[in-house]
Amino acid sequence: MKTNNFMEVVFKAESVNEGFARVCVASFCVQLNPSIDELTDIKTAVSEAVTNAVVHAYPRGNGIVKLRCELIGGSVRIEVSDEGVGIKDIEKAREPFFTTKPTEERSGMGFAVMESFMDKVEVEKNGLKGTKVIMQKQLNANARVVVGE
Amino acid sequence: MHIKSKVYNNTLYVILCGELDEHSATHTRMTLDEAFSGRGFGQVIIDLSELEFMDSTGIGVLIGRYKKMKSKNIPIYIANPSTHAEKIFKMTGLYEIMPKIV
Repeated sequence: MKTNNFMEVVFKAESVNEGFARVCVASFCVQLNPSIDELTDIKTAVSEAVTNAVVHAYPRGNGIVKLRCELIGGSVRIEVSDEGVGIKDIEKAREPFFTTKPTEERSGMGFAVMESFMDKVEVEKNGLKGTKVIMQKQLNANARVVVGE
Repeated sequence: MHIKSKVYNNTLYVILCGELDEHSATHTRMTLDEAFSGRGFGQVIIDLSELEFMDSTGIGVLIGRYKKMKSKNIPIYIANPSTHAEKIFKMTGLYEIMPKIV
């Protein structure tokens, strides 16, 4: 399907950038005229994916997170990718309450929240290293983006 | 994240103001633990009316506080969650250990 508009940003994998990532995607999606609830769903899903990259991808620090957002008709497609250590067992990682850091008060609900708030969530290896999370959500039926008008 | 707290009528009221995510989690944990370490209350009410954003990191923070207060036999209740926070609480079963009060 044809992409109507897209944006990409790359930022350091630091927790201080989570808020930036949320606001960045939400601001971009505003052109689809989403509801407040839809925007909050998207911000939460983005926050979960970026948090995973910040917390798990780079045990030695100094990593990057890439955020790509595409508007396709009335839906939004978001990719959150890193170039870190990758996820050993993706299926296991997606199970509710599963965490590799049980001593750190982590809920293990990140992927469950993404799946609940978005229509579709895919998790795959990001080329040779790292992880890519791809999420899609159909916004309200009247939303359409027209570039160039 | 800014946290306000006061003890009134045997209850510790805690108001979370701002965004609760990975970035604010450490500060939130420390501030809540400090407030919870005080005396003069037999229950805790966490008021979320001024919480602007929360993701699943917040669930981890709240469950951690629940475990600490359970050993003191002090119950924690949730007040004024947004519909969004409520969605996460219901999904994760948080209300089973921290009931919502009206």
